[in-house]
Amino acid sequence: MAISLKINGEKHQVDADPDTPLLWAIRDHLDMTGTKFGCGIASCGACTVHLNGQAVRSCVLPISVIGDQEITTIEGLSSREGKAIQAAWDELAVVQCGYCQSGQIMSATALLENNASPNDADIDAALSGNICRCSTYTRIRAAVKHASQTISVKEV
Amino acid sequence: MRDIKESNTSDVTSISRRVFFKKSATIGAGFTLAMTLPGCVAFESNLNAVSGELTANAFVRISPDNAVTIIIKHIEFGQGTFTGLATIAAEEMDADWGQIVSEAAPANRKLYANLHWGTQGTGGSTAIANSYMQMREAGASARYMLVAAAAQRWSVPVDQITVSKGIVSHQSGVSASFGELAEAASNQSVPKKVYLKDPKDFTLIGRDNLSRKDLGKTDGTAIFTQDVKLPGMLTALVAHPPRFGAKVKSFSDKKAKALNGVVNVVEIPSGVAVIADTFWNAKKGRDALVIDWDFSKAMTESSAQQMQRYREAGNEDGLTAHTQGDLGEAFKGAVKIVEADYEFPYLAHATMEPMNCVVQITDDGVEVWNGSQSPTGDQLGIAAALWMLPGNVKVNTLFAGGSFGRRANKNADYVVETALIAKEHGQSVPIKLVWTREDDTNSGYFRPMYLHKLRAGLDSNGKIIAWQHKIIGQSVMSDSVYAAFIKNGIDGSSVEGATSLPYSIPNFEVKLNTVESQVPVLWWRSVGSTHTAYSTEVFMDELAAAAGQDPVAFRRAHLGDDPRYKAVLDLVIEKSGWDNALPDGKSRGVAIHKSFGSYVAQVAELVLDHKGGYKVDKVVCAVDCGVAINPDIIRAQMEGGIGYGLSPALMSEITIDNGAVVESNFDTHRVVRMRDMPGVDVHIIASSEPPTGVGEPATPVIAPAVANALFAHSGKARHKLPLGQKV
Ligand code: FES
Ligand code: FES
Repeated sequence: MAISLKINGEKHQVDADPDTPLLWAIRDHLDMTGTKFGCGIASCGACTVHLNGQAVRSCVLPISVIGDQEITTIEGLSSREGKAIQAAWDELAVVQCGYCQSGQIMSATALLENNASPNDADIDAALSGNICRCSTYTRIRAAVKHASQTISVKEV
Repeated sequence: MRDIKESNTSDVTSISRRVFFKKSATIGAGFTLAMTLPGCVAFESNLNAVSGELTANAFVRISPDNAVTIIIKHIEFGQGTFTGLATIAAEEMDADWGQIVSEAAPANRKLYANLHWGTQGTGGSTAIANSYMQMREAGASARYMLVAAAAQRWSVPVDQITVSKGIVSHQSGVSASFGELAEAASNQSVPKKVYLKDPKDFTLIGRDNLSRKDLGKTDGTAIFTQDVKLPGMLTALVAHPPRFGAKVKSFSDKKAKALNGVVNVVEIPSGVAVIADTFWNAKKGRDALVIDWDFSKAMTESSAQQMQRYREAGNEDGLTAHTQGDLGEAFKGAVKIVEADYEFPYLAHATMEPMNCVVQITDDGVEVWNGSQSPTGDQLGIAAALWMLPGNVKVNTLFAGGSFGRRANKNADYVVETALIAKEHGQSVPIKLVWTREDDTNSGYFRPMYLHKLRAGLDSNGKIIAWQHKIIGQSVMSDSVYAAFIKNGIDGSSVEGATSLPYSIPNFEVKLNTVESQVPVLWWRSVGSTHTAYSTEVFMDELAAAAGQDPVAFRRAHLGDDPRYKAVLDLVIEKSGWDNALPDGKSRGVAIHKSFGSYVAQVAELVLDHKGGYKVDKVVCAVDCGVAINPDIIRAQMEGGIGYGLSPALMSEITIDNGAVVESNFDTHRVVRMRDMPGVDVHIIASSEPPTGVGEPATPVIAPAVANALFAHSGKARHKLPLGQKV
C-alpha cells in the first residue's frame, strides 16, 4: 500500500513497507541521496531532516507514523537560516569528506531557526548528536556563529 | 598506508629533490626542467572532435568554454587533493582559479601511479609529496602549448607572450582565453622541456582560502558510493560470521526469500548475501536468514587474553629492527633505570560512510564504482577473484565519506565481496553492497593491538644514555601482497616512529615480536606512529620526571641534529605560552613526532573539573610540512587529524570477546563529538623544503600530549589507551 509523504513542499507516494524508515524511503524510493546513512540507530546524525521544522533522525522514523507532517531534506533547504549556514560552510571551508555535512547543516539550521544567536553550550547541545569522523567540529562551531552574525547584520 | 616502494622510485625522488633545491636557489626567471614524470611525457595530446576539448596531457584538459579540468590521481576524501593538486597544476599554467574543475582519474597504473609506490593509490600522506613535480610539469606543459598556439596565431615570438589568470596576451594588446586557444594548442607538440616557476612567483600555491566550492558537499548533490543509482541496480547485505574464523555450515533462506523485495540469496566465502530491491528489504531479508555456522576454526580468545599472550611474547628476545651503541654497557653505567609498558587496543577506522561498493559484471568486463583509496589494488583484487585480466576491470573512483586507510584494503576485501556477490547472482545487473554500521564495526579491518615495553638508563646529569624499546603486535603487511615488503621478519610499519626518534641517544635499540591473531588488521591513519608516538613521547615525560627536569627542557637537551624538530618545538612552546604559569584547574602536556616527512608538535591544555574529570580544552599545534601548498587545508588537516586522534586517546577501542567484536554501533563504539572537541590553534613553519604530507601527521601527536598533561597533573603516567574520562 502506498504511503503519502510531504517532502520539500511536494506530495510523494511511496510504495514501501510501513516500517520502512523515512531515510530509506527518501534515498531508495524517491532517489534523493543528499540525506545520508551513517548508523541507523539515531546515533550519528548523518540522516538528519526537518520534521515540521525540528531536526529529526530519519533512520529511525517509520514512514507510517509521519502522516501529513512537513519533511524538509537538504535538497529542499531554503530558509534564510539554511542559506546562511550553507554560505558560512563555504566561507569557512568547513567540509572535508562531506559525508556528514548534510546532517550537520540540517541540525545547524534547525538550531539557528530556534535560537538566533547560539553560544558554545547551545552548539554543543544541538550538534553533539552529529558525528563528523573528519572532525570538522571547530569549523562547524565557527561557521554556526558566523551564519548567526550574517543574519543579524542583515536584519539591522 | 606507507611508502612500500621506496627503493624502486629513488630515481624519481632524487631527481625531483635535486631539481627542487637547484630551483630554490635560482633567482629571477624560471629554469629548464627536462620532463621526466609519467603522464606529462610520452603522452599523445589530442582534440575531441565533438566537444572541441583539448587533452594536453594526462592531467590537464581544456574545453572551448574555458573550463580547465585537472585530473586528480588521488582520491578526495576530505584531505583536499581536489584542491591541492589542482592548485599546483593551475599555478604553473597561470590559470584563473575560477576556471579550474577537478575530476577523479580512472585506474591506470602507467599514468596515475603514486610515484612513491609504483601502484595507483593514496596513503602515507604522499598525495602532494609524490605529485608536486608531476603536477607542475603537467601545468607547465599545457601552458607551453597554449603559448605556442598564441604565438603562431599572432605571428609573434613566444617570449613576448605573457599569461595571467587564464588569459594569454601579447604586448601589442591582443589576448585570448585558454578556451579560445584550446583547438589551436592541440596542433602544438607536447614539449620535452618546460620552464617551471620560481617559487617566489607563485600566486596560487601558498594562498589561503583557495578551496573548491563546486563539489556539491553542502547541498547534498555530491555523489558518494552510497548514492550511486544505476538502471536495474540491486542492494546486497551480507551476514558475516559472528566470530573471526567461523564459516557458513549451512543456511535456510526460505523466510528471507518470502519477503517483499528480496530477489536472491547467495553464499560467498565471507558469508551469506541477501540481494533485494532496496536497502531496507535487503536488511529485513538478512534478519530472516537462519544460518548454521561452523565454529571449528573460529577464534576463541578475548583481547585481554591476547594481551596476556603479548606480555609472554614480550619476555622473549624478538628481532632487532634498529641498534646502535652498546646497550649492555650503557645500562651498567646508568644511575637510574626507568621502565614502562604501554598497551594499545584494536582500533576501527569507523569512516562516516560505512563500507560499500557497486559492481556490474557484463560480457564486456567488470565495472566498479567505489570511493577507492587504491584503484589499481581493487582492480587487481577483482581481476584475481573473477579470473580475468585487470584491463577488463574498469574502476570509477568516487568521493569517499572518509577512509583513513580503510578503503585501501590490502586484500580489496569489500570490493571483492561485492564482485563475488555479483558473480553468484549472475544477472549482469549492478549490485550495490552496503555494510551497516554494525557490519563495519564488527568485521574489521582494525589497527592492530600492541604492547610496548620501554626501558631507559639516565646518567648522573639526567641524560639518557640507553634506550631499549620492544614492540609486540600483529603485522599489518602480512597476509597480503604487501608481505613481500616485510624484510628479515620486520614489518617496518610496526616500528616506524620508534626507530627514528627526534632524540640523539648513543645506545639505542628497537626490537619487534610479531605475533599472530585471527583478527584482520590494516593501516590506520598514521599507521605505526599511532602507537610509537604515544609510547616514546609519554616515556620521555616519565624520564624527564625521573631526571627532575621540565619536559620541554628535557626534550631540548636531547634533540639530535635535525633543526626542524627544534623549530616546531620552539614554535609550539612560544604560541602556547608554555613558559607562563597555568591557572589552577588547568594542566598541559607536550609531544613532538615526525611522520611521513612532516614534523608536528602539540601542546594540549586540559581543564580539570571538581569531580575528577577533565576536558581537552585547547590544542596548539605547530607543523613543518615543507612548502605550504595550501595553508588552509594544512590547518584543516591538523584540526581534523587532532580530532581523529583524540577518539582513541580518550574513548575509542575495539575489544574482542570469544573471537567476536564487542562494540557494534556508535552507542558502544564511542568517538569524539562536538562537545569533546577542543579549540585548535595551528601554526605553520615557513619553509622551502619539498612539500610533505599533512593528512596523517597530526593524528599520532595528540594522545601523548593529552596523556602528558594528565601526568603533569596527577604524577601518574598513563600506560594504557584509551585514557578515559578521569584524570
Ligand atoms: S543514520 Fe540516522 S542518526 Fe545515524
Ligand atoms: S566531513 Fe567527513 S565525516 Fe564530516
